[in-house]
Amino acid sequence: MNLPVHTERLTKRYGGLTAVQDLDLTVRAGEVYGFLGPNGAGKTTTLRMLLGLVRPTSGTVRLLGRPPGAGRLGGVGALIEGPAFYPYLSGRDNLRVLARYAGVGADRVSLVLDLVDLTERAGDRYAGYSLGMKQRLGVAAALLKDPRLLILDEPTNGLDPAGMADMRTLIRRLGAGGCTVLVSSHLLGEVEQVCDRVGVISRGRLIAEGSVADLRGATGLRVLADPLEVAAARVGALVGEERVRVVDGGLDLSIEPDRAAWLNAELVDAGVAVRELRPRERDLEQVFFDLIEKGTADVA
Amino acid sequence: MSRSFRAETVKLVRRPASWLLLAITLVLSLIFTYVFPYASIAGGTTGPNADRTLPMLLPDRLVGNSLGGLPVFLGSIVLILGVLTVGGEYGWGTWKTVLSQGPSRLEVYAGKLLTLAAAALVVVLAVFAVGAVSSALIAVAESQPVHWPSAGDLLTGIGAGWLMATMWAMLGAVLAVALRAVALPVGLGLVWMLAVQNLLAAIAAPLLDWVAQLQKGLPGPNAGSLAAALGAPGDTPGVAASVGGGQAALVVAGYLIAFAAVGGLLLQRRDIG
Ligand SMILES: Nc1ncnc2c1ncn2[C@@H]1O[C@H](COP(=O)(O)OP(=O)(O)O)[C@@H](O)[C@H]1O
Ligand SMILES: [Mg+2]
Repeated sequence: MNLPVHTERLTKRYGGLTAVQDLDLTVRAGEVYGFLGPNGAGKTTTLRMLLGLVRPTSGTVRLLGRPPGAGRLGGVGALIEGPAFYPYLSGRDNLRVLARYAGVGADRVSLVLDLVDLTERAGDRYAGYSLGMKQRLGVAAALLKDPRLLILDEPTNGLDPAGMADMRTLIRRLGAGGCTVLVSSHLLGEVEQVCDRVGVISRGRLIAEGSVADLRGATGLRVLADPLEVAAARVGALVGEERVRVVDGGLDLSIEPDRAAWLNAELVDAGVAVRELRPRERDLEQVFFDLIEKGTADVA
Repeated sequence: MSRSFRAETVKLVRRPASWLLLAITLVLSLIFTYVFPYASIAGGTTGPNADRTLPMLLPDRLVGNSLGGLPVFLGSIVLILGVLTVGGEYGWGTWKTVLSQGPSRLEVYAGKLLTLAAAALVVVLAVFAVGAVSSALIAVAESQPVHWPSAGDLLTGIGAGWLMATMWAMLGAVLAVALRAVALPVGLGLVWMLAVQNLLAAIAAPLLDWVAQLQKGLPGPNAGSLAAALGAPGDTPGVAASVGGGQAALVVAGYLIAFAAVGGLLLQRRDIG
């Protein structure tokens, strides 16, 4: 069976800057794959290489088993780095023009407009759309060909919380319908609920890959203590301020749970009354942050 | 490629700027070719092209009068159309949107060039039509006989006009690909057409023999020679018979193909993004 996405040692250099380095990316049929990394990590460059918009410096790309070449994008739909359309045409006419390039009938246009909930405003000029509407039109265009592989680059950018929820619902529905989805984001929390697997890219390298539960892995500590400020300052001095967050009248610590006894002794020494000290699931954004820091440190 | 041609045609026809450019083309050619000269004949005043005499405005001069603008002024407008058609995709960032649907770059580009060639024909036909109506009205107003050019001359004229207009549109297209933008290619294209070509012809060529020779190979003077060979008035800027009509047509066609090919090559080789 052909893998929807398979790259080997994919590399792109812009002059002295290596945007993507030796990337081995594999997305399996039917899964929703989260491609995560901070801004500038190389996500968009990678996706552009998948689509043939940018030529790799070295390495290979295969989409649905096919090497680069004409006709390679059959069955593939994509939204890369923000929506871009003709401002003087309506949303519907933009899709009609794209449908001609895609070689699909006009019936698909109405269908995808419905899918992204844009039918009502489809007759308005694109120039007058809000950012969220533009983003949804971008997703609609990506769906025109009824793709088997859907590539979405930061599809939740510019959406309000309700729009983000809609987008997640749509991705989940497409995934359930057998479509393979590769979705990028710089925020783990935005896509973790819909992803079967995630890969984390930092400075052009894939630094971690697995299910969200795999990545979450280690846990931290939750501390309730009085006075909280003194406790926070003391713990911050001990383990580093970036590992301490004040949440809901307590402290969330990103440290190994087996340091609880040691921490308790330190706090009591400092005159802090510890009311509660227990293991805690690590915050996903913190996992993400730690991974990226670690990956960056490994590379440096 | 026909799907790409149809998509490009929709984009061009629905774009307000296209119609603005066509309107400007027709108004300019009407005013400078017929209105000003006729007003000066009728009123005895002086103005641009005021030394033209009545026989020059009559229907039998339709071919030359319709081609006079293409070496410089109308050519500039068609060049802008070429830049807009190709450069718009860079300006709006829509290359990735189009290419993500699956067509190859060359397929899209070929669709654009075909659309530009068709638009150039429409522009030339419209200029001929406006000229036909204007010259017929003048003839009737002045009680002159209405003699039309032969069908062969008309076809040759329209063909030559299309060749020049398409060549300028291709120049606009290649500039847009090379500079990946709209504004700069329009600016540079106009500087070349309206300033540099004139300076070369009016100042440098009379002083330096090699510039005079070089000029004979440039697109503008060849378009000017082609227009002149088909009867364009010699007092129109850019119209001058520096080479023979047949040679000029070949050189203009050569530039047309070269511009189209270089643009395609650049587009094919470079990254989109
Ligand atoms: N055309 C380009 N020329 C030079 N550098 C680029 C180009 N495109 C991207 N980069 C650089 O490559 C790196 C990765 O960018 P990008 O793939 O857009 O990251 P992401 O999408 O993860 O935010 C960044 O440092 C960016 O500045
Ligand atoms: Mg990006």
